[in-house]
Amino acid sequence: MHVLKPDELQVPAGKAEATKLGRAIVVTSGKGGVGKTTTTANLGTALAQRGATVALVDADVGLRNLDIVLGLESRVKYHLLDVLEGAATLDDALVADKHSPTLRLLAAAQAREKEDVETEKMRALVQTLRERFDYVLIDSPAGIELGFKNAVAGAQEAIVVCTPEVSAVRDVDRVVGLLGNAFQPQLVINRLRPQLVKKGKMLSVDDVNAILRLPLLGVIADEPEIIVATNRGEPLALRKEAPTGAAYRAIAARLAGDDVPAPMPPVTQTFFDRLGAIFGGKRA
Amino acid sequence: MIDFLKRLFGQTGSSSTAKERLRLVLMTDHLELAPEMVDAMKRDLVDVISRYVEVDREKIDVTFEQQDKTLAMLANIPILAVNRNGNVVPPASNGHLPSAAAPAPAAQSAPEPAAQTAPVAEPPPKRKRRRRKKSKPAIPAPALLVSGGVLSAAK
Repeated sequence: MHVLKPDELQVPAGKAEATKLGRAIVVTSGKGGVGKTTTTANLGTALAQRGATVALVDADVGLRNLDIVLGLESRVKYHLLDVLEGAATLDDALVADKHSPTLRLLAAAQAREKEDVETEKMRALVQTLRERFDYVLIDSPAGIELGFKNAVAGAQEAIVVCTPEVSAVRDVDRVVGLLGNAFQPQLVINRLRPQLVKKGKMLSVDDVNAILRLPLLGVIADEPEIIVATNRGEPLALRKEAPTGAAYRAIAARLAGDDVPAPMPPVTQTFFDRLGAIFGGKRA
Repeated sequence: MIDFLKRLFGQTGSSSTAKERLRLVLMTDHLELAPEMVDAMKRDLVDVISRYVEVDREKIDVTFEQQDKTLAMLANIPILAVNRNGNVVPPASNGHLPSAAAPAPAAQSAPEPAAQTAPVAEPPPKRKRRRRKKSKPAIPAPALLVSGGVLSAAK
């Protein structure tokens, strides 16, 4: 198979030449709609912005979405199953990102089914990608069936995405049980609303992790700017001024081994908070 | 005043409710996912009780039930005989006790006299819940009812 040369990836020579295998990390959650794809796109972008070579694999066969979040939908010509079945080479199928020169996307097949993926072929593909990229991030489909098993097949590590909801925590607990100790799952808490936590209307980071007891990579707030970014197909990790973008970059830094604190959304004081402080004294 | 207004507008924290529900549901999940553990627990439980009274191993029924704020283990263990002298049978011995045991209190939760009768026709499973209640005349045989005890979540 033709191998991407270091200059094609625009990375310092030596990095891609190194025989060391890259890290294959599956992003999963059990429950759907908690932000796996957004997290994958942003962490991939943030890692690539740090200079690492990154391959993003959309393993959600039949429900392709990662290309949309990255704004690459018009560039996808071949997909994961084309590569697995030999209808296209890996290089033909890897889509270059618009913004990050060291980022590549392998899109999922939209008109196919998860059952069409052979687990062993998937494992071999991820192994090939590890030889060529520093990071291989695999966006897992929701559920714990074959699609999940295929997404996990080639990975050595796992990031679990959880929202502060009973159902999401329960599903993550199940997924972590299925993954076992081998994947050293790390936690990203997504869609936290600090104001609601403060009012006692939403599970807090501590509440969630008292149950899951996982190493915390970071916490992402539920911010309108994420929706805007997805509308545009531009991951927030690119935006220097966006607080959520900074949070994603901090998570990427932690993933890369930097000793930085886990990002935590601040509680902003609203007008009513201040009013409550005046009239009600200390708040519970 | 503020507290009153908060309550008026339904501002009492629902996150504690969420926490409680999550804790319970995960305990139930973990029990379901570890049937071997439950079986082992059942075995050990019966072994311990067998040291004191003779139980009908075939008709033992252990269930878990989510109650208001706890997960309860309900064990229905029919007693066949009670050693009149109150001698404790050493562990590992499953020897039958003298069959002419006199009526004796079986257990605090099963106040009926421990008459030496084999359980009458097995009640339909539907009645299980009712049988938990004390002094129900429907209890066919003396039974040990172990219940309560909050189980901590086991991963």
